[in-house]
Amino acid sequence: MAKNNDAREAVGEYKAGWHDPENSTIRFDFGLSEEVVREISNLKNEPEWMTEIRVRAFKHFMRRPMPTWGNMSMLEEIDFDNICYFLRSSDSTKNNWDDVPDDIRNTFERLGIPEAEQKWLSGVTAQYESETVYHSIREDLEKQGVIFLDMDSGLREHPEMVKKWFCSVVPFADNKFSALNTAVWSGGSFIYVPEGVHVEMPVQAYFRINAKNMGQFERTLIIADKGSSIHYIEGCTAPTYSTDSLHSAVVELIALPGSHIRYSTIQNWSSNVYNLVTKRGIAHEKSKIEWVDGNIGSKLTMKYPSVILKGEGSHAEVISVAYSGEGQHQDAGAKIHHLASNTTSKILSKSISKNGGRGSYRGMVTVSPKADNCKLNVVCDALILDEGSRSDTYPTMEVANSTARCEHEASVSKVSDEQLFYLMSRGHSENESLAMIVNGFFEPFTRELPMEYAVELNQLMALEMEGSIG
Amino acid sequence: MTGKMPLLEINDLHAGIDGNEILKGINLIIGPGEIHAIMGRNGSGKTTTANVIMGHPDFDVEKGDVILEGESLLGMEAWERARKGVFLSFQYPQAVPGLQVGNFLRKSVASIRGEDEAKGSNFREKLANAMESLDIPRSFMARYVNDGFSGGEKKRFEILQMMLLRPRLAILDETDSGLDIDGIRTVSDGVNAAIRDTDSGALIITHYSRILEHVQPDRVHVLLDGRIVSSGGPELATKLEERGYAWLKEE
Repeated sequence: MAKNNDAREAVGEYKAGWHDPENSTIRFDFGLSEEVVREISNLKNEPEWMTEIRVRAFKHFMRRPMPTWGNMSMLEEIDFDNICYFLRSSDSTKNNWDDVPDDIRNTFERLGIPEAEQKWLSGVTAQYESETVYHSIREDLEKQGVIFLDMDSGLREHPEMVKKWFCSVVPFADNKFSALNTAVWSGGSFIYVPEGVHVEMPVQAYFRINAKNMGQFERTLIIADKGSSIHYIEGCTAPTYSTDSLHSAVVELIALPGSHIRYSTIQNWSSNVYNLVTKRGIAHEKSKIEWVDGNIGSKLTMKYPSVILKGEGSHAEVISVAYSGEGQHQDAGAKIHHLASNTTSKILSKSISKNGGRGSYRGMVTVSPKADNCKLNVVCDALILDEGSRSDTYPTMEVANSTARCEHEASVSKVSDEQLFYLMSRGHSENESLAMIVNGFFEPFTRELPMEYAVELNQLMALEMEGSIG
Repeated sequence: MTGKMPLLEINDLHAGIDGNEILKGINLIIGPGEIHAIMGRNGSGKTTTANVIMGHPDFDVEKGDVILEGESLLGMEAWERARKGVFLSFQYPQAVPGLQVGNFLRKSVASIRGEDEAKGSNFREKLANAMESLDIPRSFMARYVNDGFSGGEKKRFEILQMMLLRPRLAILDETDSGLDIDGIRTVSDGVNAAIRDTDSGALIITHYSRILEHVQPDRVHVLLDGRIVSSGGPELATKLEERGYAWLKEE
């Protein structure tokens, strides 16, 4: 047995790296300008107010400097002039897979989406490049008044609701990439769950980038009315190209009193995708927001799902795992702001780095002076698989109320040869043994996922561990 | 035993770590159905012997051979040896947080005994019986492998694995240390059930003769500074218990 630092290149093991021939009906030239922004809005026949927000956001984006933290050198490599900001590949959104263009349907079939839909989902949207090509929701939910649409249709069919909530959680000027998203957003999900309605089975959105140098900027808005609940799952993949693509989404969650939103992500972009995402939720009284966030792919991810605990007795949880392989940097974490009394939060972050990959936990928890009796719990664990890999932790806690109870734990560990030998002595090859250790490390995360996803994630990690030793 | 192929044959085994020779010419033959014991002080090479037979990657074999049923094990990785029927009950079993005991057992049985044995009621029944005989509660299945186990729980778990994997050759590295009398009896019963009246064999590595009262070994070997300096029947263990190891050096 060789030691576990003789690693094979991770590239080539990525399973979702195929691409279809590009059959776009509308494709913008590379580059970004006010004209591009207006043209996207025009193509979608948007109301004037949306065009205005887009243009203001665009101007802010142009003025706003790049972040001066995170992986600055990787960020500087993004060539905004060499990205396609809008690509339409199907003339409309279909609600029958048979009507979806063949290549695209085949891709989603290979990704197992139609099958999952039949078995255990309440609704599905599938986005390909800039727009949603497929959408469906179970009839009974529709009858109960649940709205589950792609964002473009949401704006068309429920403009007043969108106008009320759009940018209410993440203002476009929040950061450079939220400004970019607001300027050129397309696709994403719009969800409204009426008072007291519980959507028992999860709804899923699947995002696929197919074209080279593509920018995908979906925008998601989820509103859970009083006492309702929903579990939203998103998955994403892209072909492996030698040039970079950009995925920059904004997700806004509004949990009204007593509601429960769970938002799960399995991010498996190919290793040429920049994934720079702003996700934030506002939790009203006695509501609960959970982010379950798995980052496996991408070149650079910078993502810190956030919750603003605005209402008394509200609760936030961010459970995340990150896997960083060769050439990857997962800069992920969580942000939670306790603004009201008796609010509680829990952050569990697990990261694995391998083959020179880099994992960073960046977290911030604040308690405002007026928020009494808050409870915070932060746990970050890192597992480093070989010598050249790296893990950093940047935890921040700003507690301005002395009644808060704060707990913070962090650990960094390595896979030991003794652990591997023990498992190998039970008949498991080195790669199987490593996958067992890694899956075990991720177990507190996978147990939060629906079974189908947990299995998929375990298989994904087993694949990543293949050939990692000797 | 004459005429039959030995189960395990160790010939002039020299092995060490980082250039330091620890085993300096071990010779040992275990026949089918036999239980042998190796006794010796700390640092005499007992655990190294176990690790080298199992295939620990840190140890280099300089000379000699380890042969299981006519086939040399030395070119095989640990997992291949396990599939050939070698089992090591570890002195210090490793914890694997997040890996559930039930899941791990099923996977191990599948890889060593084959998928069929790891399936359905067949597996569940064997598991339930083995657990009952070792006094292991059902709740054990949902725990993580060796994570937070007490010393006694770890040892029982090793024996549980042995009973399910039904090895050709079971090596028990100080499985008795840290166990109370009841624990030793339970573990001994497990070894007897797995080896006696089968054509498998066992090598018990221990400091104490107590376990050997419950598992009557066919042969007892004394290891001193990397060599077997004395071999005999069970009475040798008693003698060691009474007189210690010093007299061996003089002889």
